[in-house]
Amino acid sequence: MLKINNLHASVEGKSILKGINLEVKPGEVHAIMGPNGSGKSTLASVVAGKEEYEVTKGNIFFENEDIEELAAEERAHKGVFLSFQYPVEIPGVSVTNFMKTAINATRKAKGLEDMPAKDMLKMIREKSELLEIDRKFLSRSLNEGFSGGEKKRNEIFQMAMLEPKLAILDETDSGLDIDALRIVANGVNKLKSKDNAVVVITHYQRLLDYIVPDFVHVLYNGRIVKSGGKELAHELEEKGYDWIKEEVNA
Amino acid sequence: MDLKEKLVSSFLAFENHVDIDGYIHDVRSDAIKVFEEKGFPSKKEEDWKYTSLNSVLKEDYSVFPKQENALDYKDVKKYFIHDIDTYKIIFIDGKYSSHLSQTTHDGIDVCLMSSALNKPKYQLIIENYFNKAATKDSLASLNTAFSNEGAYIHIPKNKVVEKPIQILHFSTGKESATMLQPRNLIVVDENSHVQIIERHQSLTNNPVLTNSVTEIFTNKRAIVDYYKIQNDNQHASLIDNTFIKQKRESLASVHTFAFGGKLIRNNLNFYQEGERLDSTLKGITIIGDKQHVDHNTLVHHIEPNCESHQDYKGIFSDSSTGVFNGKVLVNKEAQKTNAFQSNNNILLSDKASINTKPQLEIFADDVKCSHGCTIGQLDESAMFYMRSRGIPEKEAKALLMFAFSNNVLSSVKIPELKQRITKIIANKLGVNLGFDL
Repeated sequence: MLKINNLHASVEGKSILKGINLEVKPGEVHAIMGPNGSGKSTLASVVAGKEEYEVTKGNIFFENEDIEELAAEERAHKGVFLSFQYPVEIPGVSVTNFMKTAINATRKAKGLEDMPAKDMLKMIREKSELLEIDRKFLSRSLNEGFSGGEKKRNEIFQMAMLEPKLAILDETDSGLDIDALRIVANGVNKLKSKDNAVVVITHYQRLLDYIVPDFVHVLYNGRIVKSGGKELAHELEEKGYDWIKEEVNA
Repeated sequence: MDLKEKLVSSFLAFENHVDIDGYIHDVRSDAIKVFEEKGFPSKKEEDWKYTSLNSVLKEDYSVFPKQENALDYKDVKKYFIHDIDTYKIIFIDGKYSSHLSQTTHDGIDVCLMSSALNKPKYQLIIENYFNKAATKDSLASLNTAFSNEGAYIHIPKNKVVEKPIQILHFSTGKESATMLQPRNLIVVDENSHVQIIERHQSLTNNPVLTNSVTEIFTNKRAIVDYYKIQNDNQHASLIDNTFIKQKRESLASVHTFAFGGKLIRNNLNFYQEGERLDSTLKGITIIGDKQHVDHNTLVHHIEPNCESHQDYKGIFSDSSTGVFNGKVLVNKEAQKTNAFQSNNNILLSDKASINTKPQLEIFADDVKCSHGCTIGQLDESAMFYMRSRGIPEKEAKALLMFAFSNNVLSSVKIPELKQRITKIIANKLGVNLGFDL
């Protein structure tokens, strides 16, 4: 589904990703861990198509198509979703209207008519129940005045609405208390299928107790320096990242 | 002959053309003298530093209406708020159109200035209010000199006017260039409430210059909500001079939606002549090409315990230019004044510019006054956020601009008007939102 070959990327002339190789197949859950500043969020943004990041070398293939030249919205239309570490506030645009706009834009790109209002409402109801979101919440301005937990839950709600093939969750666990974490993880697990894939980017192992990865990768200094199964996450939780750094630097 | 000379020399002919009443004749004669002495403002004047009238004064305007022109409702329906019942006072090339209008004398007077100026039954109101709020600067004086037609609205006390009133000025372009001097008088007595929508619309590419004066008197505990839609074509310019006098415990608000025209200058002046009253001045400006919009506001806090709220948003693309010059004057007696002013701008192009200048002159010592202005670009992280959800760049930009102007839009109290403004904005931004904000 996603195949990244020798990816190098820089922002404002500063090289951040220095040769990433990663393959994600349908049905898989990958975790990308690593110390601060290792390039985790950059990797997520580059895959999602943030224009400030310049790919200087290598390729990103999504379903066998090189997506490097595609705009962020075109990647979204193909089924790439990024849950933001810091969701942006959009005052004056309700969660519901935002979702309508996003879904109908995606449908339009696929040559489909707007989703009938009745179907939209039904879908909104189902997905908001899945994430235990209060209906009143949906008429509020997007992310404006939301707590950290509400913002993250809203991100996963959007993911549920958009039904992406590949979901990248960037530090979705940060700022969540244990109840919110459980709700969010539960939502992600329910959305998982053999046809879609999830990449979880996290600093801590905590979220991985709920969303169990098939593969764990350690990103350090712009490269994946170690890959393993879910036990690698436990090892990192116990021993921290210093031993990895030592191994790499040795 | 330049425009000033032409206007001055046309004055006698104009006065012969309309009925001469003793009181108004004197007012007009004094006014033309003021204009003759001062002339059109130039950039040398502090208040006109960033707006030059040169480009609009060079046309050879026909300076007062010569003939009556007619329009079919179906051709101009789109300029009306037509999905609700309203009173309508409609002018075509400066002449009243009874065909398009819907006036009333049933408990309230919603009619024309020309008849109010001539009929004895309005004489008392005219003598008490006409030209009592307008200042003696050159442009207001010019309008006063040629004042003859416009909207006359008098709401006696304890009336809540259910239907909004629309004032529309059309110009047909039958003359190669037209100058219009509409004059509106609005008097709202104790405890009454009225909503008014004003629009100027040119229907051809022939140049139009409108120098409008509106005087609004908001008496004790009255409520006036006034909405200005300025969405004209690239050949029409507007100088809007609005003067509002408020008595105690009254609420007056003016929303100015400046979306188009060659040059727009809004001189909006509030005078707070009573205690515990509230003035609201809000605006959204969205322009492009080489358009120019200048908001020049004054709030004069004369009495204690009053509030004023100013919130102006501007979005400028291409080579468009904007000016916000907001003056708040707080008299020594006006203790416990709360005066807020905010002006936020987004520049979408390197060639667009905005000059924003808050001016506070405070002579009282127990007041809360704040002002803030910002100039920025669209938030890139918000753009990426929306695009990553599949919303194309153009729509994402539009949503951000709606979000940016939301504070102003959300205080529009007529839902159909709000919808219309939303549609005009969406249209300007070239998007179809598919929902109402």
